[in-house]
Amino acid sequence: MRFVSTLKVSHQPDTPPPASLMEAIAALGMEATRSGALVDVAGLMPVGAGGGRVTLAGGTLTVTDGPFAESKELISYAVYEVRSRDEALEWATRFVRLHQEHWAGWEGEADVQQVFEAPPAP
Amino acid sequence: MTGPDARRTAETVWRMESASVVAVASRVLGDVALGEEIAQDAFVAALEQWPSRGVPPNPAGWLVSTARHLAIDLVRRRSTYARKLAEVGRTVTDARLDGAVEEAGDVDDALDDHIGDDLLRLVFTTCHPVLTTESRVALTLRLLGGLTTTEVARGLLIPEATAGQRISRAKRTLATQGVSFELPRAEEMPERLGSVLEVVYLMFNEGYVATSGPDWARPELCHEAIRLARLLAALLPVEREVLALDALLELQASRLAARADASGAPVPLLDQDRRRWDPLLVRRGTSVLSRALALPGPPTPYLLQASIAACHALAPTAAETDWPQIASLYAALATVSPSPVVELNRAVAVGMAGDPVEGLEIVEALADAPSLRDYPQVPAVRAHLLGLLGRTEEAREAYLVAADLTRNEPEAALLRRRAHESRS
Repeated sequence: MRFVSTLKVSHQPDTPPPASLMEAIAALGMEATRSGALVDVAGLMPVGAGGGRVTLAGGTLTVTDGPFAESKELISYAVYEVRSRDEALEWATRFVRLHQEHWAGWEGEADVQQVFEAPPAP
Repeated sequence: MTGPDARRTAETVWRMESASVVAVASRVLGDVALGEEIAQDAFVAALEQWPSRGVPPNPAGWLVSTARHLAIDLVRRRSTYARKLAEVGRTVTDARLDGAVEEAGDVDDALDDHIGDDLLRLVFTTCHPVLTTESRVALTLRLLGGLTTTEVARGLLIPEATAGQRISRAKRTLATQGVSFELPRAEEMPERLGSVLEVVYLMFNEGYVATSGPDWARPELCHEAIRLARLLAALLPVEREVLALDALLELQASRLAARADASGAPVPLLDQDRRRWDPLLVRRGTSVLSRALALPGPPTPYLLQASIAACHALAPTAAETDWPQIASLYAALATVSPSPVVELNRAVAVGMAGDPVEGLEIVEALADAPSLRDYPQVPAVRAHLLGLLGRTEEAREAYLVAADLTRNEPEAALLRRRAHESRS
């Protein structure tokens, strides 16, 4: 079973991310890769740093540049191949827990969603 | 978190971490059977304690530390007993105890790099050449995959009692043959590594092509094999054949969803809907293959097989397949790892590369190979090549011969359909 976990930040302290957090994230990433569970991962730049938005509303397509004032900004995603939903949630829990341990005041959430896997073709 | 949720977490974490827990306990004790028992004890302790006291902040580390403590306790008790029995000199157990006590200092640092070495020791032990191949597969699924005996039985399509016997016999053989829980010495490495890779490869193939019965494939077994291949690729990142096997399995698995239709009937590679191939696994496979190809050395069997799989994976359509390249890769494979099956595949590639006459000659030369007697793929390939040459009646007959030989029911139906289509 494949799951995507997206990490969103709702409150980020003014301090830069501590080096210990980055080390812990790297170590967890290595562990998850070694176990065969982590199959894809990426950190995302803020929308304001060169991204944009394509909107369809009222029949009109518009393309706008950032920055956008978001209450929760998407900051990374990870793809896990695991045997159960519980395992995917455990990996996401470990990841969020690192923020709790290493970066006081950080608040956010990881949304874990199962990847749709098509049944055999008709 | 307490109560039923804590129990569920304990079960999940155990399933994810049992290989590490078994590996660490086995290293302290120098014995996988004892190591597994101690690991189970640690799991039972989690089931008893977490629901009432709450899940510890680092549940995986807790399991590993607890198992390590339990193992060290056991060594200490045995050592005391041994000392009482023989009060002279330092015994092997004493020497081991010293190592164990030194480690007690870093128990809190449970998820450290040593676990990687312990996992390697575990995989080299469960895949030890003193064990039969079928025992190696069963024991590896059990200890590295963390599968229950019931799950091992289901995965291998064998009765539960048989699976249980294979696992316990394997552990007994390791004990009676005095197999130590150590990494292979440098001079043993090629043979020992070959033994490990063979197990992973067989496990995958067992899942990829069910040889009999109505099920065409058992993807869970493929996933267990891939998990192991990834583990090995992470632990032995400069072993070319390890990376190559991982690449091969990722590429083969990328086609899992496209290999059968809704009725469960197999869809041959060239007829598959390539939009159903898994792009993430294709990308992972080709990327790990590039890493393998960047390492120095002569062509090796898994490297060539992975290169062939990559040729298919990267062709946008079946018609655009680089058959001359595939034919030359099979020719190289026939040199480093000659087998009738490789020759048979080479015959297909040579035929598709534009020379069905030569392809047919290769097949005819295989007619006497004892290992291919009654092998349905021989007449199936012959039929395909005859079809390319427009010899439709002979092709039809050969497809029917193949259909009669296969024990795989969906495959037989496919071959009969081919025979029917050859009539025109």
